[in-house]
Amino acid sequence: MSKKDNVTKGKITGIIANLVMVEADGPVQQNEICYIVQEDSRLMSEVIKVMGTTAYIQVFESTRGLKVGDIVEFAGHMLEVNLGPGILSRNYDGLQNDLDRMEGIFLERGSQTDALDHEKKYDFKPIAKKDDTVIAGDWLGEVTENWLPHKIMVPFKFKGKFTVKSVAEEGEYTIDDTMAVLLDEDGKEIEVTMVQQWPVKVPIKNYREKPRPFKMLETGIRIIDTLNPIGEGGTGFIPGPFGSGKTVLQHALSKQAEADMIIMAACGERANEVVEIFTEFPELEDPRTGRKLMERTTIIANTSNMPVAAREASVYTAMTIAEYYRAMGLKILLLADSTSRWAQALREMSNRMEELPGPDAYPMDLTAIISMFYSRAGYVYLNNGETGSITFIGTVSPAGGNLKEPVTEATKKAARSFYALSQDRADSKRYPAVDPIDSYSKYLEYPEMVDYLKQNIGDKWPAHVQLLKDALLRGREASEQINILGDDGVPVDYHITFWKSEVMDFVVLQQDAFDEIDAQTSIERQKYMLEKVIDIYNTNFNFEHFEEVNEYFKRVIDQLRQMNYTEFKSDQFHQFEKDLEQIIEERKA
Amino acid sequence: METQAFQKIHTKINEITKATISLNASGVGNEEIALVNGRLAQVVKIIGNEVTLQVYGGTEGIPTDAEVIFFGRSANLKVGDELSGRFFNAYGEPIDGGPEVEGEEIEVGGPTVNPVRRLQPSEFIPTGIAGIDLNNALVTGQKIPFFADPDQPYNQVMSMVALRAQADKIILGGMGLTNDDYLYYKNVFDNAGALDRIISFVNTTEDPSVERLLVPDMCLSTAEHFAVEKNQKVLVLLTDMTLFADALSIVSNRMDQIPSKDSMPGSLYSDLARIYEKAVQFPEGGSITIVAVTTLSGGDITHAIPDNTGYITEGQLFLRHDTDVGKVIVDPFRSLSRLKQLVIGKKTREDHPQVMNAAIRLFADASNAKTKLENGFDLTEYDRRTLEFAKDYSEKLLAIDVNIEVDEMLDTAWRLFNKHFKRTEVSVKKDLVDKYWPNDSEE
Repeated sequence: MSKKDNVTKGKITGIIANLVMVEADGPVQQNEICYIVQEDSRLMSEVIKVMGTTAYIQVFESTRGLKVGDIVEFAGHMLEVNLGPGILSRNYDGLQNDLDRMEGIFLERGSQTDALDHEKKYDFKPIAKKDDTVIAGDWLGEVTENWLPHKIMVPFKFKGKFTVKSVAEEGEYTIDDTMAVLLDEDGKEIEVTMVQQWPVKVPIKNYREKPRPFKMLETGIRIIDTLNPIGEGGTGFIPGPFGSGKTVLQHALSKQAEADMIIMAACGERANEVVEIFTEFPELEDPRTGRKLMERTTIIANTSNMPVAAREASVYTAMTIAEYYRAMGLKILLLADSTSRWAQALREMSNRMEELPGPDAYPMDLTAIISMFYSRAGYVYLNNGETGSITFIGTVSPAGGNLKEPVTEATKKAARSFYALSQDRADSKRYPAVDPIDSYSKYLEYPEMVDYLKQNIGDKWPAHVQLLKDALLRGREASEQINILGDDGVPVDYHITFWKSEVMDFVVLQQDAFDEIDAQTSIERQKYMLEKVIDIYNTNFNFEHFEEVNEYFKRVIDQLRQMNYTEFKSDQFHQFEKDLEQIIEERKA
Repeated sequence: METQAFQKIHTKINEITKATISLNASGVGNEEIALVNGRLAQVVKIIGNEVTLQVYGGTEGIPTDAEVIFFGRSANLKVGDELSGRFFNAYGEPIDGGPEVEGEEIEVGGPTVNPVRRLQPSEFIPTGIAGIDLNNALVTGQKIPFFADPDQPYNQVMSMVALRAQADKIILGGMGLTNDDYLYYKNVFDNAGALDRIISFVNTTEDPSVERLLVPDMCLSTAEHFAVEKNQKVLVLLTDMTLFADALSIVSNRMDQIPSKDSMPGSLYSDLARIYEKAVQFPEGGSITIVAVTTLSGGDITHAIPDNTGYITEGQLFLRHDTDVGKVIVDPFRSLSRLKQLVIGKKTREDHPQVMNAAIRLFADASNAKTKLENGFDLTEYDRRTLEFAKDYSEKLLAIDVNIEVDEMLDTAWRLFNKHFKRTEVSVKKDLVDKYWPNDSEE
């Protein structure tokens, strides 16, 4: 935080929608926060350009009624979030106002609420000892937040080495109590509480090393885990036209993914979708811990009707909170729905500032902004040797469903795994409608990831996955041939190839997000079922006529799907399996 | 709007474009309204002491010495029970020859609802149209457009929805309605005697196009008043949102903004979302539901207007002319109500979801059979039965002139199943078939 003796003030000289020009009487920094002073409120804004003594600021609220000459006070720091115990389970807006504490039905302009609870007492246990040498990000102690061990750290802004003079004893404290006293290199005493501030647009880099992702993050969604796994600490994105199931897929990820904490940035999307989370997550159980899903979730909601400028801030706020928890050695999954709305917010602002536009009127630096953001995800080794991770998955809403539009293109350069939702698959109700052929995961090319998969799932796993992909591709080719030449214009083998790929499609790729059992598949089960379908793939069958093929494989698929719908390795599951074996025997060559 | 004594009158305009004027003035607030030679205008830009106003009525004939009077406030509207049964223009002035409305003054285009104060929509709004109620049930707090080609009878459907929907208030927002369509609505509402709960804000093609930008805000501010203050179920009908978006592009063009896809302003998504997201279910029972019309050009849903709309709304409805029965139907394949799961089988009879899916599946089989027929292949006996079923289904359920209760729709569907299929062919859960399959003697 840059400390200033004199607060810079200014006066409004111009207003275009939510872009306001301010004549400042002192120094102003880029991205500095300032407040427009109104009779009954203060409107938060951010400096986005400075020309001479004129600051161009974007206002995070409606600018209705603002006048030339209105007073503006500069805060001396960039947009910051408050980091401390009590972030978990909260519903924030894009600027970290606690939405539940806002009064009334409507979001009145200028209303601001505390992000954290200053009254609540937390059970503190010290970790650091007197005379320890510590640096920013080191753990001084810990409190329990919901169920999660929340580390109290040396604030990230502290530069240099410090010596611990004292740490509070075990006991109950509020977040504003002094938890430790540190001595800097000059012997000056500095008090540390449970709360610290950090500017959202600056990455928190208090870690030793950031290796390439080498573990997979289990999501329980077969078309992701089996076909194109996402690395823990990796990045992925889900583009898709409206109605292709982006939001259902994101909700499934948020419910099931093997992460300690889920942060959802609802960025410029439908309010009713966020309401669904507000309504369901406090009720739904986290299958891994038996606790309520809300206990591991934080929501940053800036729905499409909330101020556009705060939409941009919302994704940064979410990322900064993720980085804070990662520094505690936790596994975070960050979901943003949708990054296109954020890009559109950038476009609106760039347009008002009359910048020369890039493709589709987006700002020229769109690609750079998006890749900078994605690069904040990652798996890290902390200074104390522990590990933490942020896995980031964003959705993209391509205009007209066209994957060549600028936001999709820019994201493709930044994200390492790509889950393209296809209108065709959605139309034929093949959910999740991820296109198995267009989608990819670069992580499968990492030798360290392949080693991890071999060790943790099975030696043959990577080979099987490759076989699955080849079979799907071959199936698609066969189906194209059949469509061109007609059912009886091709050898029966073509039909067999096609239907073997259909078995894989129906049994491995398609998954019922609304069925209690099928919605989530453990890796063990995924492996079991993949081996099952590969066995079928490798079996030679006898058929005289193509019509037999179609009918026969429909029975095979039905049997395998019944298995998917029953509890893994239950009696019923094995019964279906036995019946399946009989069906296979019927036609085995 | 009366001029008041203390208001300063400006008479020197620096710049006039087709939609805006600029002049020197001080102490003016952003989005403040003003009169320019009697025409309503709103402040859209202030640079130093130069203020730019968007003149809703257009700037034709505005002289450089026009009288500009600022009101010192943003647009507002008088609301009260007297609004019912009345027709107003985009400014909220009566156009039905009736008196001015007295009532509480409210700000137009107020703040947004805190998302944590919303309730998940859960109340079913029957419209009597089976293509909607049976297959695409509407839920209070939902927003859904008809994607229709200009030649389709969407205004007739909208007027039917207005007359039949079980809502406390119906607010019609007409944007770029032809005078004929305006008179059609007026006539239909008058004759049905349903005027006591219908309020209309209408901009016709005879009015300046920029004026229609005001219509959605007028409708939705009124809707908010009744939903919040009186806890009423309000249904807002907006037609045609494509013409609204066209007006947006005209204004942004006049203000030298860089257009994005399809010459639309870059802010189109936010502009549309601001309107559609007013749809809400309040915890106290009031709700706002929006049914809109977005006309397509040549059925192209990738155009920026339907595309952005689709990302915002909770589904979309398509109309289609079914040549087999000669009637307009609600297309069961392309239409989708994203919120229907919240009510069907829960607020309606238990067999609703299964009957809905079974009927659509059989309709799809019929459409495959039709393709077979067109390609010169032989039809099976089952194919022929599906074709017969499809005709009945179109005529007795999907056609927009059907007006029955949901239970009757379900019973009709069962009767059609019984007429054309065996119990095992409809793939509905056995216990439901046992319970609802009609006795053959009844047929």
